[in-house]
Amino acid sequence: MSSPPLKKTALNARHRASGAKMAPYGGWDMPLEYSGIAAEHMAVRTGAGVFDVSHMGEIEIAGKDALAALQQISCNDASKLQSGQAQYSGLLTPNGTFVDDLVVYRLKADHFLLVVNAANLFKDYAWIAEHIASAGDAVAVDSSSRYALLAVQGPAAAGAVQPLTGVDLASLAPFSFAHGEVANVRATISRTGYTGEDGFEIFVPPQSADRVWQAVLASGEADGLVPCGLGARDTLRLEAAMRLYGNDIDEETTALEAGLGWIVGWQKPDFVGAAALRAQKTAGLTRRLVGFELVDPGIARRGHEVLAGGARVGVVTSGTQTPYLKKSIGMAYVPADKASPGTGIQIDIRGRTANAIVVPLPFYKRTTEPEGHR
Amino acid sequence: MEYPSGYKYTKEHEWIDVTGDRGRVGITDYAQQQLGDVVYIELPEVGTALKEGQSFGTIESVKAVSELYSPVSGEVVEVNAALKSKPEVVNTDPHGSWLIAVRLSEPKEIAGLLDAAQYGSLVK
Repeated sequence: MSSPPLKKTALNARHRASGAKMAPYGGWDMPLEYSGIAAEHMAVRTGAGVFDVSHMGEIEIAGKDALAALQQISCNDASKLQSGQAQYSGLLTPNGTFVDDLVVYRLKADHFLLVVNAANLFKDYAWIAEHIASAGDAVAVDSSSRYALLAVQGPAAAGAVQPLTGVDLASLAPFSFAHGEVANVRATISRTGYTGEDGFEIFVPPQSADRVWQAVLASGEADGLVPCGLGARDTLRLEAAMRLYGNDIDEETTALEAGLGWIVGWQKPDFVGAAALRAQKTAGLTRRLVGFELVDPGIARRGHEVLAGGARVGVVTSGTQTPYLKKSIGMAYVPADKASPGTGIQIDIRGRTANAIVVPLPFYKRTTEPEGHR
Repeated sequence: MEYPSGYKYTKEHEWIDVTGDRGRVGITDYAQQQLGDVVYIELPEVGTALKEGQSFGTIESVKAVSELYSPVSGEVVEVNAALKSKPEVVNTDPHGSWLIAVRLSEPKEIAGLLDAAQYGSLVK
């Protein structure tokens, strides 16, 4: 069976011309690394990096009943959002497991932008359309082709972006966004990201993406800003214990098991998955997603089994050797009685049993809040 | 990066530098580029008997794990213990970073390996 051709972002030619190592991801031809995963990872922790994340999907929901529709399908409580604010959330099945995870942006009172995982876009769109059909005046539109998305991340991100825009970044709180221009290109600047650092995600029209990319690189160069690929994005997000759909969360794992109870709008009267999550909360969890550090040498990878007392009790969902912490870390689902930090577990690494210890999440947390935010 | 003319190479991207009845084995510049940042190398015990083409360990980068294959048959007589704490030298100096030394039991196998020019055109 032949696969469909890979999709290309507006920056594809730029990545190839710049010598990035490319790889397929979620149906897209994406840069895996520029200067190397470790170097890019360190740049984002200590300076800044710019990522092309235009593969992410965008779905808009609009209409006078848009909020009510969204409240049904998104597990977090969108009524807490003012226009110009965003929140992390999930689209859940009736079982409380993940159709996808996403960020919800409130553009206007009755207009929302949902940023979803590239590989899930069509599934999400169909699921949303089906579930809001009876919600009154609310329509969902797949507007992914209208946006290129650049993520500028790291302690030097604000310094790199500020000279390019009239938007006062110091007044932009985390998980808020503003409309304006970047490098004379119409843009929406959001103080969000997937690295555990301060930073911005910048939505621009695809035809202008290269101009913004070049401008950000030039502006940040002196402060150590480098172009980055999805390899470093993965190690950065894992160090920050941000879940990756398809690895750490999926249609088999609930929001509670994944440790994401904080994105559940428990006060809402109802939403898809609510009954299952309330029942699970009452009954108690049988398994949890935990972080672990390997004590023995090696790297635990996705799919490796977790052992305890010789029995197979769980599975690794993500694992890597982190360039910044210089530890071999991972996340795994384990029985609830093995989930407390300090618990010893073993990982079956291709037939070799390696000792590991459960540790609190996240592995890495930045020590300073973004400068100037109030 | 140049492929040293005194070394022999495999299609699996290992090199061997033979002196007398011993050969030091490493991975090529092409291999380290494909792997990316090397973070962990698992090597055999001294005394392990290897057949040509047999896996003698694994090399892990941030993104992937690869098997290491012995270019020749023989006995492992030395392992490069310095790589335990500094595996990244395989990236910076692939042709100077040997992994294991093997005492060859079938020296005629060397003739079947690629020379630098052949290997260079293979990975072009």
